[in-house]
Amino acid sequence: MKNTVILGALSVVALSAGMASADTLADVKARGELNCGVNVGLTGFGAPDANGNYQGFDVALCKAVAAAVLGDASKVKYLPTTGETRFTALASGEVDVLIRNSTWSFQRDTDLKFDFVAVNYYDGQGFMVKKDLGVSSAKELDGATVCIQTGTTTELNLADFFKANNMSYTPVNVADDSEGQRQYLAGACDVYTTDASGLAASRATLPDADNHIILPEIISKEPLGPLVRHGDNNWGDIIRWTYFALVAAEEYGVTSANVADMATSTNNPEIKRLLGAEGELGKMLGLDNEWAKRAIAASGNYGEIFEANIGSATPIKLARGLNALWTQGGLQYAPPFR
Amino acid sequence: MTSVIPFVRNEMLPEKEPPLRERGVVHWMRQNLFSGPLNTVLTLLGLAVLLWVASHVLPWLMHSVWNASSLTECRDIITQRFGEGATGACWAMVKERWHQYLYGFYPMDLYWRPNLAFVLMFVAIAPVLYTSLPRKMLWFTAIYPALTFWLLWGGSVWTPVVAMLGFVILALIFRALVGKLGVPVSAGIGVVVAALWWMFAQGPVSDALQAAIPLSITTVDSDQFGGFLLSIVIGVTAISASLPMGILLALGRKSDMLIVRTLSVGFIEFIRGVPLITLLFTASLLLQYFLPPGSNFDIILRVIILVTLFAAAYIAEVIRGGLAALPRGQYEAADALGLDYWQAQRLIIMPQALKISIPGIVSSFIGLFKDTTLVAFVGLQDPLKGITTIVRADINWKGIYWEPYIFAGAIFFIICFGMSRYSMWLERKLKTDHR
Repeated sequence: MKNTVILGALSVVALSAGMASADTLADVKARGELNCGVNVGLTGFGAPDANGNYQGFDVALCKAVAAAVLGDASKVKYLPTTGETRFTALASGEVDVLIRNSTWSFQRDTDLKFDFVAVNYYDGQGFMVKKDLGVSSAKELDGATVCIQTGTTTELNLADFFKANNMSYTPVNVADDSEGQRQYLAGACDVYTTDASGLAASRATLPDADNHIILPEIISKEPLGPLVRHGDNNWGDIIRWTYFALVAAEEYGVTSANVADMATSTNNPEIKRLLGAEGELGKMLGLDNEWAKRAIAASGNYGEIFEANIGSATPIKLARGLNALWTQGGLQYAPPFR
Repeated sequence: MTSVIPFVRNEMLPEKEPPLRERGVVHWMRQNLFSGPLNTVLTLLGLAVLLWVASHVLPWLMHSVWNASSLTECRDIITQRFGEGATGACWAMVKERWHQYLYGFYPMDLYWRPNLAFVLMFVAIAPVLYTSLPRKMLWFTAIYPALTFWLLWGGSVWTPVVAMLGFVILALIFRALVGKLGVPVSAGIGVVVAALWWMFAQGPVSDALQAAIPLSITTVDSDQFGGFLLSIVIGVTAISASLPMGILLALGRKSDMLIVRTLSVGFIEFIRGVPLITLLFTASLLLQYFLPPGSNFDIILRVIILVTLFAAAYIAEVIRGGLAALPRGQYEAADALGLDYWQAQRLIIMPQALKISIPGIVSSFIGLFKDTTLVAFVGLQDPLKGITTIVRADINWKGIYWEPYIFAGAIFFIICFGMSRYSMWLERKLKTDHR
């Protein structure tokens, strides 16, 4: 009873905190800086380099939003968030947008009162095994010992998968990715399971990468994307359409290199509208007409960001897979700009 | 007939060496390692374990690589030099990232500021630690917190100056009133007036001074702090603030006044009843909900406050142990001399109680300093987990495991070992009994 009262009071305070800053766009413009909640360290997605500059796939989206809203991709304050603090940081207004490879789920979207505005990476849980185990499918893993990070959704997915396929396994609990990689290498488990993007990065850094394979099965859906608070739809629209601008740019062949030329030279009316040469799309968002042009110029279109941070040119070597454009058999699809 | 000359030895025989098995290394070994069947077995077992550990760790250490740009390159170099399958330590990571372990994301061209603050810290604590130094140096100790705040965070010099003025106001009021109203009341009035000063005068006065005489250095935000800089800032502040608080709490707990005692007991038991990590989450999450939105109450400050409260509760109990160990006669002697409560505490009780409590206080401090690594859970970049996660997120160093832990552990060891040696020296110096 007492707990309920306290929780109730808390949520009222939380709600009013959310309400009070209902015009995030105005706040960000007044501050002159975008507060972007990012990962403290996830290879390829978001981490500071040796000089303390944040780099990565998620970070590039922060930069694009800052470029669109403030006209300068460097005006971002990166707030490192952990798995525990990320949602409070967003709910309390400490960050304007959370781009921290967070899985879009029903409960987070509704109960936690957030809006996932897009999916910038379709991930899923996979398995890595040593080649000499002689396994080619996850369905052959009956009786295996599995290294698994505790307290994550991957743990639940794993249990579901093995139960559904009538198999048994012995879990070896690990605290984080480096721990898991260590245990797997030391032979404490036959299988290491985590998100496929993480597996690819882990495999790339193993001393004998060729002796390890990632099994073809992906056993869960992990749509990762940026999220904002409930109650400020305009701000959500800005993040969503900045992201779609990057996807559309890839579809129409607009890159960071040619974006300036395209704005004047193109005859395609959709590109003209996107880059602000025609129509008043920016005004409808509460921004100026060149917003998308600046967002694309910041770190390139979706494909460029992908290739520069996690794509085949990097050591992580992730294939586009589900994250290819819809025209190439993937799921990345931007609604029309009109 | 030859006369028998009786043998009379008229000089001492030179001392003979003891037999071989009773001297030197052999004797020592027989005495300490092989004095019986059980000890012999234990010695052999111990040696075997030692050899086993050394055979695993030594090659790894011998194969250290200091110059490489990634873990893969390290491994290539080790394979090249020591053959297929050899493993080795990749210290090249430390060589490339040591500055992040020490300073976090503090701007590189401003490293002189934390360095200077660190050196000055020793000047500031020297007169506290070594009573043989001139007492005038304590004045520097008094202004050191403000100076360090200014050096580390930068900004206008007037902010810390005006904040220090609050303490000056407190001291003046206390001086003026203590004769008439006694210690608690005059200190209370002083604190209230100083708090009013900080709440209402701090902002306008420092702004006005800044406008009149602009004097400021580059501002560094709290989120750029990390590594050992962060640990030491939190640790040193909490250590120095928790000792006086702990003393007051211990006295409060032993007080005859009901409200003071209840509040002290309640505070101590509450803080000791919850884990530090709970308090840290309170600092980072719960306070955010209660504060007005957009108010940016610095996260490092929030953490320092709660870590200080946490340490103070433990220190209070350690000191209460020291107080309990004092014979009743000491209190009675103080009363007989006609000293009032605060004089008795200052001149007779506390010097003895604190001396008894030294080992406990220092272990609390060492524990507190190591606990600063827990701030990783609230998104601060502590040297052990925070910075290591960042380093491992770099594809070049992903998969590196022992090296960051060994590096951070070594620095922690040096600092904690130093504290422990100092406390042993202090105990010997203050030892007055059984001479």
